[in-house]
Amino acid sequence: MQPGETVMDAESIARTVRRLAHEIVERAGGTERLALVGVRRGGVPIAERVARAIEEAEKRVVPVGSVEIALYRDDAATALPDPKIGPSRIDFDVNAREVVLIDDVMQTGRTIRAAIDCLLDYGRPRRVWLAVLLDRGGRELPIAPDFVGRVVQVPDGARLEVKLDDVGFERAICVRSATT
Amino acid sequence: MTRPFRHTHLLGIEGLEASDVAQILDAAEVFYEVSRRPVRKVPTLRGKSVINLFFEASTRTRTSFELAGKRLSADVVNISTSTSSVTKGETLLDTVQTLQAMHPDVVVIRHSASGAPHYVSERVGCSIVNAGDGAHEHPTQALLDAFTIRRAKGTLSKLVVTICGDVAHSRVARSNALLLRLFGSEVRVVGPRTLMPSEVESLGVKVFDRLEPALEGADVVMVLRIQRERLEGALLPSMREYSRTFGISPRTLGYAKPDAIVMHPGPMNRGVEISPEVADHARSAILDQVEAGVAVRMAVLYLLAGEAGAGPGTQG
Repeated sequence: MQPGETVMDAESIARTVRRLAHEIVERAGGTERLALVGVRRGGVPIAERVARAIEEAEKRVVPVGSVEIALYRDDAATALPDPKIGPSRIDFDVNAREVVLIDDVMQTGRTIRAAIDCLLDYGRPRRVWLAVLLDRGGRELPIAPDFVGRVVQVPDGARLEVKLDDVGFERAICVRSATT
Repeated sequence: MTRPFRHTHLLGIEGLEASDVAQILDAAEVFYEVSRRPVRKVPTLRGKSVINLFFEASTRTRTSFELAGKRLSADVVNISTSTSSVTKGETLLDTVQTLQAMHPDVVVIRHSASGAPHYVSERVGCSIVNAGDGAHEHPTQALLDAFTIRRAKGTLSKLVVTICGDVAHSRVARSNALLLRLFGSEVRVVGPRTLMPSEVESLGVKVFDRLEPALEGADVVMVLRIQRERLEGALLPSMREYSRTFGISPRTLGYAKPDAIVMHPGPMNRGVEISPEVADHARSAILDQVEAGVAVRMAVLYLLAGEAGAGPGTQG
């Protein structure tokens, strides 16, 4: 895909979120011990939308939390200080839960490594899964998602830009060149 | 991208802008949450070194800085004068230059001489944090007080804050007055004239010599510690008289707003500057201040130990 192209529009994002929700419930064998944790900041609205889709389909509320990975980055010494960090919020007991980490875009895998470290500081889940809306390849660590919305090929150096609507939901995901 | 935190050192509230203070307090919110997790530690400053160099006795500030550094996974070394070469006659600069040769990232200094951290900061390559210098400044105490006030009141603007006691010898009062004035709050100071500095108005504060009018309508009552040696210096007639005239009791607290909070930098002289009933009152924020102290010091170390020219986070 080339700069300027739309990777996903609002409709395909909504459809993909519903599919991810069904796949997660099916693989987890229900919702009883399920919990979703969004990776701040892009993964949090996706996690909330997946939770809502699960609630609509299963009539069960699944707890949703968030993890801030800035403090766990492996490049903390050179990337600090990031003024936009926020707190992690996990208000439920993660012990013995089936936790699905959710992010919007996956590339190197370093963010997810940091997110797993952060999550484990809250307790010992029975299992941790990973769901991503978009997998753009370019892995630098041996980490693979269990649930993928869509796999895309994006030129090296280009960034995927998530456009949000008024309430913070993804309106579209576009390819942006590295220089713009 | 320019350095997100534009200071290399934290030497005082003087020299900071409201936006700098807000940046530190916002970061402290994140670390406040870290301190309440089952595992109260993040790997953020792994590989960094922090030296706590205390030329004055201080248990709570030193412990707070030590915990802050350790919760960020930094290597923390504590040096106090009783065990250092200072007792063998080494100068302050020699001590710091010796430590600098060990390549610390941050040195936290408490010293009885005003300006000692400034003097050192101009002669070393690492970040310096002032943990209290003479009667001059104690910036992290003012920041943790501001954090506590902001959590309790939701703002630092347009509040009435009354600081009671030994303003003349208090670096806490000076730093707090500077910080609260940055946000447009009214700062009042009250205490015996013998314990009031001669140019106190230059801090932009209102000066009172009676407690009741100073407390009238206050949102925050900040009580300062009275040192017993002031009696020997003939600055106070007696502790009993001080307590009767300037001590914060349930009766005098009644002049402040009904939801006013009471603060004290500790350690307290119960029954002298603050009555036991007020110290343990539901409106006492004294233990909240201690908790805030670790979070604020984590934020300060985090912001200072970062490298200049930080880039944006990578996608991934």
